[in-house]
Amino acid sequence: MSPLPIASQKTSQIRFTLNGEETDVSFAPYKTLLEVLREDLFHTGTKHGCELGECGACAVLLDGQPVLSCLVLALECGGRQVLTVEGLGEDGHLHPLQDAFADLGAAQCGYCTPAILVTAKALLDQNPHTRSDSRSDFRKPVPVHRLLADFRSRGSRHAQDRRPKK
Amino acid sequence: MPDEKDSRTTPADAPEANGNKLRVIGVPRRRVDARAKVTGQTRFADDIFLPRMAHCKLLRSPHPHARIRKIDTSRAAAHPGVYVVLTGKDVPIQYGILPVSQDEQALCVDRVRHVGDPVAAVVAREELTAFEALDLIDVDYEILTTISDPQEALTTPEPRIHEYGEEGNIHKLVALEFGNVEEGFAEADEIFEDTFFFQGNTHLPIEQHASVAIKDPEGKLTVWSSTQTPHYLHRALAKVLELPAAHIRVIATPNGGAFGGKSDPFNHEIVVAKAALLLDRPVKICLTREEVFYCHRGRHPVLMKFKTGVKRDGAITGMHLQTLIDGGAYGSYGVASTFYAGALQTTTYHIPRYRYQGCRTFTNKPPCGPKRGHGTPQPRFGQEVQLDKIAERLKIDPADLRLRIVESSNSVTANFLQLGTVNLAECIRRVAKVSNWKEKFRNLPEGHGVGLACSAYLTGAGLPIYWNKMPHSGVQLKFDRSGGVTIFCGATEIGQGSDDVLAGIVAEVLGIDTFDIRLFTGDTDLGPVDLGSYSSRVTLMAGNAALQAAERGKAILREAAAEKLQVPKERLCFAGKRVFDSAAPEKGLTFQEAVCLAEARFGTIGTVGSYTPPTSPALYKGGGVGPSPTYSYSAAVVQVEVNSVTGWVTVPKVWIAHDIGRALNPTLVRGQVEGSVYMGLGEALMEEQEFRRLPKKLSHALVHKFPSILEYKSPTSLDMPEVVTELIEEPDPRGPYGAKEVGQGPLLPIMPAVANAVYDAVGVRIDEIPVTPEKILKALAEKKAGRDPRFGPTDFPHIHWPEALRVPPPWEGGDGHAVNEVPRRQKSRQEKEKVLAS
Repeated sequence: MSPLPIASQKTSQIRFTLNGEETDVSFAPYKTLLEVLREDLFHTGTKHGCELGECGACAVLLDGQPVLSCLVLALECGGRQVLTVEGLGEDGHLHPLQDAFADLGAAQCGYCTPAILVTAKALLDQNPHTRSDSRSDFRKPVPVHRLLADFRSRGSRHAQDRRPKK
Repeated sequence: MPDEKDSRTTPADAPEANGNKLRVIGVPRRRVDARAKVTGQTRFADDIFLPRMAHCKLLRSPHPHARIRKIDTSRAAAHPGVYVVLTGKDVPIQYGILPVSQDEQALCVDRVRHVGDPVAAVVAREELTAFEALDLIDVDYEILTTISDPQEALTTPEPRIHEYGEEGNIHKLVALEFGNVEEGFAEADEIFEDTFFFQGNTHLPIEQHASVAIKDPEGKLTVWSSTQTPHYLHRALAKVLELPAAHIRVIATPNGGAFGGKSDPFNHEIVVAKAALLLDRPVKICLTREEVFYCHRGRHPVLMKFKTGVKRDGAITGMHLQTLIDGGAYGSYGVASTFYAGALQTTTYHIPRYRYQGCRTFTNKPPCGPKRGHGTPQPRFGQEVQLDKIAERLKIDPADLRLRIVESSNSVTANFLQLGTVNLAECIRRVAKVSNWKEKFRNLPEGHGVGLACSAYLTGAGLPIYWNKMPHSGVQLKFDRSGGVTIFCGATEIGQGSDDVLAGIVAEVLGIDTFDIRLFTGDTDLGPVDLGSYSSRVTLMAGNAALQAAERGKAILREAAAEKLQVPKERLCFAGKRVFDSAAPEKGLTFQEAVCLAEARFGTIGTVGSYTPPTSPALYKGGGVGPSPTYSYSAAVVQVEVNSVTGWVTVPKVWIAHDIGRALNPTLVRGQVEGSVYMGLGEALMEEQEFRRLPKKLSHALVHKFPSILEYKSPTSLDMPEVVTELIEEPDPRGPYGAKEVGQGPLLPIMPAVANAVYDAVGVRIDEIPVTPEKILKALAEKKAGRDPRFGPTDFPHIHWPEALRVPPPWEGGDGHAVNEVPRRQKSRQEKEKVLAS
């Protein structure tokens, strides 16, 4: 038998916790966490937009911290906790952030939404008192500061349609 | 799933029995695809993984202009893991989005015209293997002279980038005159002549283009693609692959942003289709971000000159606009773009006489095409900045000046555009009020300023891209015994919310919940044709088709329910998932019961609706670009802070009023307005698609300055100001429930408003987009030296314009036809054949 091209050789293997579930995966050693999540584990909720660590669309939580999964080798993730958008909801319910994003029109095309959601979750986990002026806390360009403010203060379902404050 | 039931319920559940009250339309609500999007379950094209799927990569030209002498693919084909290597000979038939510009080949056969033009494709078991094999393809290029910009194109007729077009490297010349403009200038008290430049920029959707093709079990072709125009892709595939269109199915996957950048049929889509047919296995391609920059089709760089005559009170007596447009290497939508650059000037303010001359040239850069606002943001920038200058010279407040000259509802413009409702004046008044314009303008401290600008945009192109008399949108509805309703429509969800618009309209008519509706959209096999998500056409056109189909369904249900309930048909009300007597609301049926009764009486229930725009009064040649069923209007005030040491501009706040007709779902409308402001600020302050020449010893090639998100600067959340959105709602009878567009119009006033605000802040005119710190510092230096405090182009090159087509405006008795025949340039035989072949 002739040797397989390197890209077809799934010679690396890790065990890690993906969205709370112990997971074994075999993959070609050069692959990033993003590629393994999408191509080997079919968790396609996490997106790619630049493969350069610039756009932020591939953000996931690694041990609770937001990371750009296009810049993390899957080989670095053995034994660690990875949370993607697929793991955000609990017991069949949307996470409150997902609920708020859906109600407030935060998801338009929805392509960056998974990354914004997990980043927002990390922010709120670290600082439950985050307010709208905390946008510099975000590591990546995610336009959620006003949404979070709305989310926290909204008394009605459609806070974004209240008259803007003068 | 038991989740989120409470919070997602639409107002259709409201128990009110008032038959006239809208329960879904106009109420901010969760869009139908929100759940899929916040859970990451929306399946974009690159999220499709199929058994046995192979991956495709394209070899792209490193040269901006070269002849291909020879391509040797033998080493790549022998590479382990490679299934097939394709070259231009495998897909030689020319195609293009416009019938008059069938100038592209999926893989270049004998010539490359820009860095990034594809010359070969490798399909392999793994994406990385395909990528590696690209290095094993040997291409022998003969380097040709490179044309870098329109000025160079005008002075360098040879070598021609294309063998068609006007002459040399001029792709398209337009000359139209509506009334005697020189007479208009003679009547003027003041004449203003200004030149402006608007640099090109790109769409930057975060989803990179992706496509998957299969030969389906019946041997037919199916292509999933991130396209805004599945119908046009369908046609291009049929042409290039020489297959019956009925054997091709195109499914537009939800687009992860598009903004016009996914509205051409693309080479990669054709290549994977061809490969899937050859290999009989699924083939996928996903472009890298660098490749997306090469696909481009973005904003044309435009040099423009405005000559405008005004009376002392601000009334415009005549306007002459000239544009020089950098088209890049292919036609794309360019002929339409050239007309659009001159079409909409007349829609905002009354211009009694108007002359437009436009020139699009070919250059060896990625092709330009339609980006949000298609062809109109550039001249809108010039027009609105010039108005600011006019207002200053006439000592009239810029808001007041505009209020004096706004066009009125239902008028026909000098160039025979039939306007619908025009609430621009209300937009200006509202935005001036909420921004405290009068207190701020010319009164803020040095370095702080406000600027105002306005705009208009189409609510759907009035004519299709290829001439035909069929509807522009169709909708089919299926009524199910379950009480569910299914919508089938070709409309494409690109994030703008077209699925929700369709569901909202059908839910409103039938008195059901948007979440009781299933949608099958963007699929050429399942739904009737919708021409595509471009020109802001879907809400009005597909919306009207949905409205008609729903009303027809309602009539059938009403017939059956009236008989059962023994209530006159006209008294029946559809609301809260019930059909009931409006005089006695307790007397009624559930919606499901009504469907079952109707099915029992009439058989299987399905209805259709379609929409064709009204005939335009613009009957002259070229009058096909610009007409629309109605136009949206926007007015914006932008506040800036300019650091006079660094030239850095920050925008603390933007106020914008938009004449929407009616907001079908205000949550979506506000999202579109805010997104437009965001994109407009990027264009105004930082985005530019720039190119540079390599040194002579390094081939002197013309290369992209920054084909990556790393260096192509676009605003982030940290740059995004507070946006105050005011919606002006006066329903336009032409739109479904009175709705007009919102996807593109609100972008347009932002760039000129920024430039006008910078002038208010530091007293320098930046007549060029983007307004960068460097330009501001240069203009400030000019100001300090006592010279013209301005940065921008100073002259417009001489162009040999053809004789203008003269069309007398309506108030001079014109009937929409030209009064002169302009001799057509002799077309080359090859060009004629191309047109015929299309």
